[in-house]
Amino acid sequence: MSNYNVPSELRYSENHEWVRSLGGNKYRVGLSDYAAQHIGDVTFVELPEVGSEVDKESVECVVETVKSSEDIYNQISGTVSAVNDSLEDNSEVVNSDCYGDGWLYEITADGDEDFNSLMTAEEYEKYLAEMED
Amino acid sequence: MRYLPITEREKKEMLEKIGVSSIKELFAPVPGEIMLKEKLNLPESKSEMEIEHYMSDLAKKNTGSEMLSFLGGGAYRHYSPSVVDQLLLRGEFFTAYTPYQPEVSQGTLQTIFEFQTMMANLFKMDVANASMYDGSTAAAEAVLMAAKINKKRTKVVIASTMHPQYIETVKTYTGFLVDEIVLMEMDPDTGKTDEKELSKIDDSTICVLFQYPNYFGAIEDCDLISAKAKEQGALVIPVIAEGTSLGILKAPGEFDADIAVGEGQAFGLPLHFGGPGLGIFTCKEKYVRKMPGRLVGKTLDRNGNECFVLTLSAREQHIKREKATSNICTNQGLMATAASMYLAAMGKEGLKKVALMNLKRASYLKDNIEAKTNCKTAFSGHIYNEFAILSPKDGEETLNALKKEGVLGGIPVKKYYPELSSMIIVNTTEIHSYKDIDRFVSILAKVTGGES
Amino acid sequence: MSYPGMTDLKLKEQTIFERSRPGREGFSLPEEDLSSAEKLLPENFKRKELDLPELSEIDVVRHYTRLSTYNFSIDHGFYPLGSCTMKYNPKINEKMARMSGFANLHPEAPEDTAQGTLKMMYEMQNMLSEIGGFAATTLNPSAGAHGEYVGLGIIRSYFDKIGDTKRKKIIIPDSAHGTNPASCTLNGFEVVLLESNEKGKVCVDCLKSMLNDEIAGIMLTNPNTLGVFESDIIEITKAVHDAGALVYGDGANMNAILGVARPGDMGIDVLHYNLHKTFSTPHGGGGPGAGPVGVCEKLVDFLPDPLVVKDGDKYAFRNLPDSMGRVRAFYGNMGVTLRAFVYLLEYGRDHIAEIAENAVLNANYIKACLKDIYHLKYKSDTLHEVVFDDSNLENGVTTMDLAKALIDRGFHPPTVYFPLIVPGAIMIEPTETESKETLDSFIEAMRNIYETAKSDPQNILKAPLNTAVSRPDETLAARKPVLTYCKEGD
Repeated sequence: MSNYNVPSELRYSENHEWVRSLGGNKYRVGLSDYAAQHIGDVTFVELPEVGSEVDKESVECVVETVKSSEDIYNQISGTVSAVNDSLEDNSEVVNSDCYGDGWLYEITADGDEDFNSLMTAEEYEKYLAEMED
Repeated sequence: MRYLPITEREKKEMLEKIGVSSIKELFAPVPGEIMLKEKLNLPESKSEMEIEHYMSDLAKKNTGSEMLSFLGGGAYRHYSPSVVDQLLLRGEFFTAYTPYQPEVSQGTLQTIFEFQTMMANLFKMDVANASMYDGSTAAAEAVLMAAKINKKRTKVVIASTMHPQYIETVKTYTGFLVDEIVLMEMDPDTGKTDEKELSKIDDSTICVLFQYPNYFGAIEDCDLISAKAKEQGALVIPVIAEGTSLGILKAPGEFDADIAVGEGQAFGLPLHFGGPGLGIFTCKEKYVRKMPGRLVGKTLDRNGNECFVLTLSAREQHIKREKATSNICTNQGLMATAASMYLAAMGKEGLKKVALMNLKRASYLKDNIEAKTNCKTAFSGHIYNEFAILSPKDGEETLNALKKEGVLGGIPVKKYYPELSSMIIVNTTEIHSYKDIDRFVSILAKVTGGES
Repeated sequence: MSYPGMTDLKLKEQTIFERSRPGREGFSLPEEDLSSAEKLLPENFKRKELDLPELSEIDVVRHYTRLSTYNFSIDHGFYPLGSCTMKYNPKINEKMARMSGFANLHPEAPEDTAQGTLKMMYEMQNMLSEIGGFAATTLNPSAGAHGEYVGLGIIRSYFDKIGDTKRKKIIIPDSAHGTNPASCTLNGFEVVLLESNEKGKVCVDCLKSMLNDEIAGIMLTNPNTLGVFESDIIEITKAVHDAGALVYGDGANMNAILGVARPGDMGIDVLHYNLHKTFSTPHGGGGPGAGPVGVCEKLVDFLPDPLVVKDGDKYAFRNLPDSMGRVRAFYGNMGVTLRAFVYLLEYGRDHIAEIAENAVLNANYIKACLKDIYHLKYKSDTLHEVVFDDSNLENGVTTMDLAKALIDRGFHPPTVYFPLIVPGAIMIEPTETESKETLDSFIEAMRNIYETAKSDPQNILKAPLNTAVSRPDETLAARKPVLTYCKEGD
């Protein structure tokens, strides 16, 4: 077991993003506990535009700390259907509540292939354990 | 050598500690084939007195610096209270570097924070950065920033009445990054941007760049240009090349500018043949994270004391590297410090008074040139401290004749626009007495065959 | 203790806006009735209000004098900021730059009335070309990063001219300054990263495998940001040239080889100097700098507008046929250039090599005196600077803590956390203008911090204790930016 919280219902990417299926090919995206603990204090999040079409692996979102600027690689191709506006005044929730209020944006996809291709919680835990070695 | 304190004896001790027998050994990693075998071909070393002689001989050859001058065109000579240069000579300011360690840089940090505030207030914009190289590069970087904000658009529209060197600089910086740079032509009567040309602003326009007062001295109709740009969703970027004009003129924020830039040399900084100047960069708060350059912010230290620190660095090259908004690192810190001191000493009354003195002198000079010489005012637009005249013969010839009489009468526009061969741009500021102006007019009358 | 330590004259100072009192003035202008001037402009051209502070002269003097005392500067003491070359800034530079003949010369003054400054520019172009081993030098760029922009613009223009437009990539080692990749992007180049080898140098075979007909060039700093000289430089530049690409040199570290070796002789095609580093002009709290660019023969025609040439016994401006264009208004930071010119006049041909020699001696002395306790990630020989890291510091004391503890001991900290390839980097560049006793006291302070980290880590973790402020909250500053002064209640 790793030292990180890895909710079992989510899928994960190698860049430590999580994706939650909201049903009807809608997905919510955020940063995993591992990322939230390692990135440093988040000071600002640049969010994508609602309505914009996004591809898998494109950079639609940037998370800033005092000393870094991290590109977030989008994992689900589709259309951005919502963004977490509350981060504008409250970017620290990306650190403090990464699976809850600290979510980043939502996507409406054409299908579920992208989602299914991501790591399951079990696989991600294994991935984290290997990384920590 | 007075700047090298290590003595021969110390050198030996140090080499011993390092474990080598000579300094040459320390250069062992440099391949022998590229080590210089002979001394460089430079002048012989000079003592302080010899340097002073050499430099004063050079300075004397700059006869232009001592002549009665009416040169403007992006560089302006103004009165600067003595306190400015005296304070600037404090080594604590000029021999410090970028305030990377806030605990030992609060002097620089607070000064820059105050500079940002002064610029924001003067431009009536939300935020200003710590400075750019000069007005022209600030304008170029403003276009680059606008292109990041309006990233789906492809065209940049520039008023052709902007300083020609600013236009060239913007073209160098952005020419190969945007699809199209379009110039809006001048109205030959007013010297302002032709209203009809505003139709060149369309829904593919990233931004509209214009200077006021413009290169020919005319004050652009800012409200009109801004309204047209807003209608098309283009960003409004005014450029102020003569900082003191803001002592009286409408500020960029008052016509809803999105980004506003300028040159702050007019805030009492020496001319120095055109540099160092002071690039001013301001914008709306919502765009601050796309802004180039350094920013100082207020915060609290760990004991709860208010203090200042460099902030929003995640925009900058040392963090963003190839994804940075700009590559700027060193800016014009000391010039920003000088401008702050100038504005602190002048205050709101002083700057307003300077602006009015400039207006009054320019108007007086213009009227007298019209009345007493064979030159004519070129345009009807309102002016601040600069305007264009038409000489009865080639402008450069007139200027050469003036020069023989010890007067630098203005800039020959032909230098940039060969078709405007008789046009001269004349500037006057508060450093001219009315006697100086009368003398200029009488010599101009003499060389152009008018009343003297 | 023999190091300076720190005690402050801490006079508290409010912002200049709080000092303001309505009705005060700090200027002296002729009495004049300006009521007629008010009417010269229509109301809709005029601003509604002007918000600037109102102060008498003594307020201005006290304000800035007090603020100045919150700064550490070279005039105070040792400032070993690696990669920044914080050498002493001679006072005669300031005196010469303030001569009216130079300071009051207008950039549009006719050339025949500006022969003094033009001659200075011409001689400076030639001196810098000689120092770097180049065919020509432009004085236009306003800072190092501006020089990089120009240098890469010259490369871009060169490939455009010869029609080799496929070359859109620049190779940059991972130890490079952040300005390098940013300057590439600004010129439309894509960056390809080159990893350093175990010696902290360019891996020549890796480089060779990366070269192809899409590579426009490589950007190198030599010595690199670890202070390590790329001893394979001849092989490197030859390989790059053979592949049809060009070599850009970042001159940030010219102080290591000034008068000893020349970038041009190493096969570097274009290089920017930093006059505010190598040539002693003041850093001014962050500029103005100047970043002249030297180029080899085949790149001369692409230099930005304008260059100073000598025509008979007259000096004049000239634009070159294939110029990359204009990169700023007028001709560059001539006030800065002039200071560097004065500096070179004083050293001259006879003493210039002593600059690098003493700089390299001082850096190696510090290294020799600290390497038994501070960890060196790269063991290679170094020239003008040395990069330690914090891995030998105990009890959780980091590079940041060490930096703050140095402040308490009376020194400006070195550059920290750069280069990025050394985690916890402590980058020390003493320069040639420091005396042995200054170096010794710095060494003593560094050793004291190392020991104190073991015996009394709290002393280090709480540092700095003797400054007006201690460890500002940078996260707060970035989350809720306050970038301008607002009156209470606004």
